[in-house]
Amino acid sequence: MHTKTDLRELSYAEAIREAMDIAMAQDERVILMGEDIGVYGGAFGVTGDLIEKYGMDRVMDTPISELGGAGVAVGAAMTGLRPIFEFQFSDFATLGMEQIVNQAAKIRYMLGGAVSVPVVMRFPSGSGTGAAAQHSQSLEAWTAHVPGLKVVQPATPADAKGLLLAALEDPDPVMIYEHKILYKMKGHVPEGHYTTPIGKAAVMREGKDLTIVATAIMVHKALDAAETLATEGIDAEVIDLRTIRPMDRDTVLASVRKTGRLVCVYEAVKTLGVGAEVSAMVAESDAFDYLDAPIIRLGGAECPIPYNPELEKAVVPQVPDILEAARNLAKGRI
Amino acid sequence: MGRTFSVRDTVTPNNTPYAIARYSADELKEALKKMYLIRKFEEGAEDSYMRGLIHGTMHLSIGQEASAVGSCMSLSDEDKITSTHRGHGHCVAKGADLSRMFAEFFGKESGYCKGRGGSMHIADPSKGNLGANGIVGGGLPIAVGAALSAKRLGTGAVTVCFFGDGANNEGAFHEALNMAKVWNLPVVFVCENNKYGMSTSTERSTAVKNIADRAVAYAMPGVTVDGNDFSAVAEAVDAAVERARKGEGPSLVENVTYRWRGHSKSDRNRYRTKEEIAEWQSRDPIAAMAKLLTDHKIASEDEIAGIEADATRIIEEAIAFATEGANPKIEEVTRDVYTQEIAS
Ligand SMILES: Cc1ncc(C[n+]2csc(CCOP(=O)(O)OP(=O)(O)O)c2C)c(N)n1
Ligand SMILES: [Mg+2]
Repeated sequence: MHTKTDLRELSYAEAIREAMDIAMAQDERVILMGEDIGVYGGAFGVTGDLIEKYGMDRVMDTPISELGGAGVAVGAAMTGLRPIFEFQFSDFATLGMEQIVNQAAKIRYMLGGAVSVPVVMRFPSGSGTGAAAQHSQSLEAWTAHVPGLKVVQPATPADAKGLLLAALEDPDPVMIYEHKILYKMKGHVPEGHYTTPIGKAAVMREGKDLTIVATAIMVHKALDAAETLATEGIDAEVIDLRTIRPMDRDTVLASVRKTGRLVCVYEAVKTLGVGAEVSAMVAESDAFDYLDAPIIRLGGAECPIPYNPELEKAVVPQVPDILEAARNLAKGRI
Repeated sequence: MGRTFSVRDTVTPNNTPYAIARYSADELKEALKKMYLIRKFEEGAEDSYMRGLIHGTMHLSIGQEASAVGSCMSLSDEDKITSTHRGHGHCVAKGADLSRMFAEFFGKESGYCKGRGGSMHIADPSKGNLGANGIVGGGLPIAVGAALSAKRLGTGAVTVCFFGDGANNEGAFHEALNMAKVWNLPVVFVCENNKYGMSTSTERSTAVKNIADRAVAYAMPGVTVDGNDFSAVAEAVDAAVERARKGEGPSLVENVTYRWRGHSKSDRNRYRTKEEIAEWQSRDPIAAMAKLLTDHKIASEDEIAGIEADATRIIEEAIAFATEGANPKIEEVTRDVYTQEIAS
């Protein structure tokens, strides 16, 4: 997944923790809220021992009250604090949806711009842990459908840190979807304070034959696939979308104009999601004229995430699925 | 501990514990067997996990067996329960087949959920078990819905709704209790207060001392009992079930108990002391139940050893059944999303 260098490496979880640490050290207004983020260190160990450094008043264990907790974070953000609210699993954000969708997203607009809601929410998402249907979802398209929210999906440790720090600087609500399987992934993370721009995709690998637009863990699967494709003489460009609202149109369209072929790969259920938006963006633009083949979407199957490990793997795109789609596209089979 | 229900006529004057007065020797021995089955199911599950035979996580209810079994004593297969992420015990108490439980745990087609659900979703509607739940508080309104059905359809069934102390801080708890009372429904809310929701103690999360105190806000009886005392649990829940059956509406029973193991497999137990765990282990609900039966000459020590051996054998057979079972077919992964398949 990465090449060994002398550069400092952190895991994705450590990178998020470092970002929170930097922000808390710099700005008294930043507080952390969530279930079991204190002495437990978070269900995925992301907050770790921050409670030892900042105490219970700034690393606040909430009761098991997602709706209330999210709402307290919204109210605090409106009135001078900078809360980072952790949903223990993104699935439980469904209980907090009222405050996210009806309140956080709309308050500024409804009040004619009189206030901002600078809240940051973190959503550990995705499958692969054997936790079944209510602990494995990828629901980022839900919040991305709502004007007023910004929605990011970092795929690398460096972006996990940079996007969190950017989210804290942003005056509006930012939802950060973190793929659970990435928490242990290591990569180079620059020291100190820096931001990764919200709304900018990253070209992870340049190529001329086809474009693979991916999010979160699928970025790594796409890069793996691209390596194999290269040995077959297929030169794939891999784009990490990074932000899904607002989406980086320019980067995606420029790539499609260059390659004329597009695969979009994401873990969430395939229909009515990110892939539909990316495809429509292309279809509605001049890049459409450059297409040499139909667009392919690879996404999750039309079912909840099953428990059995083989089924669980089967319902989300894997490297062989990306390879097959890319080969078909590149060889003009479709 | 909190308010109590009026003591029923079945309790004899000479201080005989409720369970001894109320239940036959066979019923009591069966209850003890279920407690052993729960303990051994959990130990078997833990061992399978350690040996890498299953993936995912699990929430063990070792130490809480009296609460599960005691709460289901006066329920029939027509009566319903809703359960929680820590639901293996409730499932056994409601009469589940251990083999199909283990098969589900192993993700097999022969499991209760055909390998789709796993530990957190085991259900057995045929026995009135509407299922464990991955969402804290998720079962509370569902239990009220089941009670609404029973009332409208006139089935006479009662629903027992299990939930944890942590769940009592979800909006769903408050909304569910309110509706149950407003509509006077046959439901018994059984809070298993094991003092922590994951790492967060009730002191740090809950505004009232006893969860049962919240019953006042919903104008229903609330009682706090020693959840490790089988007889005390059965007495409180039986009385609440009877009220529900007579059309007298919902109740809240709080069983104070303790989970011996961590919250789940990732728990380092940093929020509680070894001494606290040891102190609760010395109040083993199974040992207490065995003593109750020997003290009252319901069973000899040999008989009790036999009951335990039986439970051990059943669990071994269940694990063998689960191990041999076939995996679900990948082609069938979207089966059962809808009752009637739709083209997508
Ligand atoms: C809505 C929701 N929030 C959080 C969780 C994560 N979680 C699972 S169990 C649990 C603790 C529940 O505590 P309690 O209700 O006391 O039950 P116990 O685990 O003690 O049996 C938490 C926080 C969840 N599954 N669902
Ligand atoms: Mg608890």
